[in-house]
Amino acid sequence: MKVKINGKDAYYTSSGREIDKNQPTIVFVHGSGLTHVTWVLQTRYFAFHGYNTIAVDLPGHGESEGPALNTIEEMADWIADLINSLGINKTSYVGHSQGCLVGLEFAERHPDKLELLALINGSLSMKMNSELLELAINKDQKAVDLMMDWVHGPLGHKGGHPVPGLSHMGMGNQLVSSNNNGTLGVDFNACDQYTNGEAAASNIKHPTLCIIGKHDKMTPKKVGVELASKIKDSKSVILEESGHMSVLETASDTKNLLKDFFRAHRNAS
Amino acid sequence: MTDPKTYSFNTKTLHSGHQPDKNFGSRAVPIYQTTSYLFQDADHAAALFNLEEGGHIYSRISNPTISVLEERVAALEGGSAALATASGMSAMSLAILNICSAGDHVVSSSQLYGGSFNLLRLTLKRFGIETTFVKPRDTEGFKKAIQPNTKCIWGELIGNPGIEIMDIPEISKIAKEANIPLMVDGTFNTPYLCNLFDLGADIITHSLTKWMAGHGTSMGGIIVEKGDFDWTKGNKFPTMTEPYEGYHGLSFAEEFGPAAFTMRARAEGMRDFGPCMSPTNAFNILMGIETLSVRMEKHLSNTQIMLDYLINNQNVSWVNHPSLPDHPDHKVASKLMPKGAGSMIAFGIKGGKEAGHAFINALKLTSHLANVGDAKSLVIHPASATHSQMDKKSLELAGLTEDMIRFSVGLEDMEDIMTDFDIGFKASQRPRLVASK
Repeated sequence: MKVKINGKDAYYTSSGREIDKNQPTIVFVHGSGLTHVTWVLQTRYFAFHGYNTIAVDLPGHGESEGPALNTIEEMADWIADLINSLGINKTSYVGHSQGCLVGLEFAERHPDKLELLALINGSLSMKMNSELLELAINKDQKAVDLMMDWVHGPLGHKGGHPVPGLSHMGMGNQLVSSNNNGTLGVDFNACDQYTNGEAAASNIKHPTLCIIGKHDKMTPKKVGVELASKIKDSKSVILEESGHMSVLETASDTKNLLKDFFRAHRNAS
Repeated sequence: MTDPKTYSFNTKTLHSGHQPDKNFGSRAVPIYQTTSYLFQDADHAAALFNLEEGGHIYSRISNPTISVLEERVAALEGGSAALATASGMSAMSLAILNICSAGDHVVSSSQLYGGSFNLLRLTLKRFGIETTFVKPRDTEGFKKAIQPNTKCIWGELIGNPGIEIMDIPEISKIAKEANIPLMVDGTFNTPYLCNLFDLGADIITHSLTKWMAGHGTSMGGIIVEKGDFDWTKGNKFPTMTEPYEGYHGLSFAEEFGPAAFTMRARAEGMRDFGPCMSPTNAFNILMGIETLSVRMEKHLSNTQIMLDYLINNQNVSWVNHPSLPDHPDHKVASKLMPKGAGSMIAFGIKGGKEAGHAFINALKLTSHLANVGDAKSLVIHPASATHSQMDKKSLELAGLTEDMIRFSVGLEDMEDIMTDFDIGFKASQRPRLVASK
């Protein structure tokens, strides 16, 4: 589906379902150089179990018109504009990697629009390796290759995708390569420059779930734990077999954690 | 800056797609010889059927042993996803039917395995899918043959049995310009000789029965998807982009992106046509793939020995292999397959059809059968066997002659094969009761 945000095409998928204003909504925001496809093993469940799901392509990614946004703050405002344009007043937010920084900033800038927050493979800041950043800015394929190495844990490297026949490395490579037109470099730079994570995390009052990958090399376990420690009402879970791609490497575990988190808070309310 | 530490080709042939068994620690890939899989509860069943999560339901759709094979071949090809099938022919049929419907059109190389040629020429035509055949060296001809309703270009890198080479990078440019996928049967090259995705293919199929399995024991095919073809461009591929009633309005391109083609082929193709591989065959093929590199090296070196032998044999009128300098495609073959252009040799016997029959009948070691890519050396006379259902005009279009022997070079000591061939050639040149035409 496409809507206009600031005069540009903005793409999201709701898993083929109409948005029902009587249902709660969850926005899913992908990581650097990725797209909405990252979320397919979570979004389809929620879309068919009483939620509106909005899995976005950030500007310049996938089907959304460019250019890519330069800062995490701009991305957070873009998410707010998107849900406004869909007539949604409040949403829960699930972010992966860079999407976690956007989530922290969304909570900071638009707290009244947020219900529940889930941060997967996140951290308070994401200082980039300077050579990797330069490779991505120069649209060098080596940036994608290095990223595929670092984002996948032992499971992703060897294989055993939850969906029969799919390759973690192959899928990831294609998704990121499709955005290695400069967008990946802009994303990495936005992550590198973002400094408000700790302050934003400290201000969050919303119930928050942090999912951490034991084998994560991009946002290692200790920075995931640190992120959770700064958020008052947070719960953290470490996935033993996951690298940085918990949404795919341990897709069912991730989905079940989200399911339990949303169900518990929905029942409570 | 360090280099990426991802697994290399030979490591992938042994490990990709497999996590050792958690229950018993089985190091080898277990054969899951089961039709179906227990659901955890009703919600789990519903989630699997609605593609909300990955997993296995019924072995016609997917199976854990076969999934290892699929991931392994996807990894070797550098694709995003793969779907294994009962045979190479079912892989081809599913791949084409995945995007073609009645009224659609295919442009194909005319140099194809006989079964593939007849699928396009006769069978798909009955279902309203027409094909225009173009000689593989006629690059411009592919461009001219494309119509508004053309949905793909089909071909084999190493044509069977004429061993013409299709210039994949050039044909790929034409396919990209027309916004249609280039589908290439890579059976004769395997991922060891070249990476067809790097050359420009969008979809690769294999008959895994041949070199990939390598031992002539098990039937199997596979479709591999590269993952960067834009199905949404130009509204040309409704099966990929339009909501599918069979899965609650699912759009495969939207939901699965780089794996859309594979997901549709599995969800619809395996569900409705059902050409599933046997788990035991998947295990056998995986065993073959573990030694792909070492076998292919030996296939290539033995091919060179046999080429030298055949070229210098007075009973041979011609020898056809792309590694020979006088082969019309030698230059492009060397460029696309620098390690070597495979282990299929075609040659003509002096004395024509009858001499060919006498040669084959006299062989004691080399096997006369309808297969290629076995560890054992194989021969056949295509005009009377694999391509016998083709009329004279079709034979000419496929580049076949009646004196042609197709030789799949095996892994034996080639001295023994040469001794066997000497016996065959001697028999071929004996005076016959029926004179050659």
